[in-house]
Amino acid sequence: MDLTTVWFLLIAVLFTGYFILEGFDFGVGALLPVLGRDDRERRVLINTIGPVWDGNEVWLITAAGALFAAFPEWYATLLSGFYLPFLLILVALIGRGVAFEYRHKRPDARWKQRWDAVITAGSVIPAVGWGIIFANIVRGVPLDANHDYTGGLTDLLNPYALLGGATTAALFLTHGAVFLALKTNGDIRTRAGNLAARITPAALALSAAFLTWTLTQRHTPTAVALAVAAALALTGAFAATLVRREGWAFAGTATAIGLTVATLFAALHPNVLPSTTDPAGTLTVLNAASNPYTLKIMTWVAVIFTPVVLAYQGWTYWVFRRRISVTNIPH
Amino acid sequence: MDALDVARWQFGVTTVYHFLFVPLTIGLSLLVAILQTLWYRTGNERYLKLTKFYGKLFLINFAMGVVTGIVQEFQFGMNWSDYSRFVGDVFGAPLAIEALLAFFLESTFLGLWIFGWDRLPRRIHLATIWAAAIGSTLSAYFILAANSWMQHPVGYRINPDTGRAELTDIWAVLTNKVTLATFPHTLAGCFLVAGALMVSVALWHLMRHRNTTDESLTADPADTPATTGTPVHRIRRWRNRRPTATLAAHSATDTSAFRFAAKFGAIVTLVAAVGVLISGDFQGKIMTDVQPMKMAAAEGLYHTEQPAAFSVLTIGSLDGTRELYALKIPYLLSFLGTGDPHGQVQGINDLQAQYVSEYGPGSYTPVIPITYWSFRFMIAFGMAAAAIALWALWATRRGRTPTSRWLLRAAIIMPILPLAANCFGWIFTEMGRQPWVVFGEMLTRDGVSRSVSMTEVITSFTTFTLIYATLAVIEVRLLLRYARAGLPDVTPPPEPDDDTADEDRPLAFAY
Repeated sequence: MDLTTVWFLLIAVLFTGYFILEGFDFGVGALLPVLGRDDRERRVLINTIGPVWDGNEVWLITAAGALFAAFPEWYATLLSGFYLPFLLILVALIGRGVAFEYRHKRPDARWKQRWDAVITAGSVIPAVGWGIIFANIVRGVPLDANHDYTGGLTDLLNPYALLGGATTAALFLTHGAVFLALKTNGDIRTRAGNLAARITPAALALSAAFLTWTLTQRHTPTAVALAVAAALALTGAFAATLVRREGWAFAGTATAIGLTVATLFAALHPNVLPSTTDPAGTLTVLNAASNPYTLKIMTWVAVIFTPVVLAYQGWTYWVFRRRISVTNIPH
Repeated sequence: MDALDVARWQFGVTTVYHFLFVPLTIGLSLLVAILQTLWYRTGNERYLKLTKFYGKLFLINFAMGVVTGIVQEFQFGMNWSDYSRFVGDVFGAPLAIEALLAFFLESTFLGLWIFGWDRLPRRIHLATIWAAAIGSTLSAYFILAANSWMQHPVGYRINPDTGRAELTDIWAVLTNKVTLATFPHTLAGCFLVAGALMVSVALWHLMRHRNTTDESLTADPADTPATTGTPVHRIRRWRNRRPTATLAAHSATDTSAFRFAAKFGAIVTLVAAVGVLISGDFQGKIMTDVQPMKMAAAEGLYHTEQPAAFSVLTIGSLDGTRELYALKIPYLLSFLGTGDPHGQVQGINDLQAQYVSEYGPGSYTPVIPITYWSFRFMIAFGMAAAAIALWALWATRRGRTPTSRWLLRAAIIMPILPLAANCFGWIFTEMGRQPWVVFGEMLTRDGVSRSVSMTEVITSFTTFTLIYATLAVIEVRLLLRYARAGLPDVTPPPEPDDDTADEDRPLAFAY
């Protein structure tokens, strides 16, 4: 396989990993005001992701770094073109990260309330924002022959992209609810399970609509197969939620998110950012890529170190495998 | 003012701000790892208390470092897309490697450390803080390799078809002599900050504690008129806005712990200061060789001299082309720059002429006053911290508890000094490279995003500045709050439980 294709796949893997992992972090953050009735309950919710959220976010840092190294043109055009959406996501991630660490540092209620609001906003904004960004990547944006973005903010807020934003938000909320049912005990567990059962159909409907629309723009057999599998996985998650098989439900939503992202990348290939105006502006795996030497070095680094990272991150989840309930929250 | 200027300001502000948190992340993580190792080895409770106490300060700081770091990675693409296109092939690789090798290690193991006190065997738990600390240190190496390539590009070629830089030798990039000099210099700078923070907080508690016991007969110190009491009392009232009840009396363990921390921190600061000097000297010689203009600007040296004198104070004309007044030490610059007291050091005007013939018409001179003064402030602030550390060490010798109010004042401002030195060091090295973004290859003005409008870049600059300012206030208040609170009561964590243990037991740590 050509190295540019290998790196296209690796970028896809990194973003898939990011959305599966931080997807439930976003879901938990967004559900904070819904499922957390008092401070102790909210602390239960936050502590389900406490030890792992930061490691999950490194998937994004790595994905962006890999994009920069392997496809500099893609990185440059994407970040400068989608300027305001990225600004919003950065602001959200800043607030959310600080909020997790600072929320419990002072006892007073107003302090905590404010940080709770930051966590919720900081989770909802990227959950919607990433969908808008990835939908636009697949759909294409106005680019000139220098690969510079020539559109405005409104070009990015087209109906397809907004549907994409709604889809990722719904998927992450579902994923978060299912994760909470898996990781908590007591009343919260029941409520999280009930909520998951209620919102999964909505996530399924939105995903089906978004993926169908995606495939009408570009359908390769692989993309179709992945999209169908994504819908099946989400249906499976729904069934598992109804019978309260929480582990299976979580596996289902994780797979559904992974396959949804995979569908988008499959529909995109071999482009990485199509131009809707000047065809010469279209970025492909070939004209956006670094030279073969860089790709070779980076491939070696990825092949050696990715399994190590997966091993110790997996171990972290094992260490913190126990469910949490309000009785576990220290005063 | 155009979009380029705003993008430059944004880079300056967000980068300096980010680097306010980096030195403590790197330095303090290792110091906390050492404290925890001491506890593991000796079982002495004071080390556990110190681990938890400085660990909290470390984590308050760490959160800020993480979130401001994300901005750094995205900013290259957002504001400097032509730069990113030009260098991505070379510059992106260390960034990606940094994330994969360093950031995963740091974040994952820090999560294990924070929440793992009752989940991991002690030995494994100790290993997690070391892994996190090693991750932080590694990240410094890779990002400095990327930055050093901008100062002194190596291991690449310019592709004539695309006009982009292409990596030809990753090993050359990772062993760039600028990287090899900058890495120890930056690390030493980080320990200077971490050591200073440790001394500062410990000394403050130590001196205050002495005061608390002396004063134990006084009903409420707030009632005593401000003019009475020892100088230390007055300072304490000035510093301490919290009621007396919260001034928990120190136990003997706390006193011995803070005494240890003060001395240990002072020694770290002093060793770091020596490290900064040695590595800085090494770095200066490389800079004279690969970026002679930066050295000339640092010295306000307008004309090539052999031998060259070191400028203690030079005042130049406003247009930065000639000097008006100078106080100099003969031979010193030649020695610092080349290792030979009679070596030649090139001057700004001669280099400018040389660059014009090499790269075409234009100004190749950085802003002289900024380069000149940031270089001096860097040295002065760093050495001031070392001087206070020396003083603290002397004042605490053989069991003494210092009383000097000047030492207390100095201790309070102490962490700010090396932090300022770090900032000025970065301002110097980045501003001294101008007008280049990649020395000899790309001008900063050519690297900016063409598709980003003035409105967009102003929006982002304003947003980041406001958020960063707000967070700075919150962060400093939290740090002070936790620094003042003193050592926590600790019960050594239980050995990890198996799954049959009481499921309702509270977590050892929870957000």
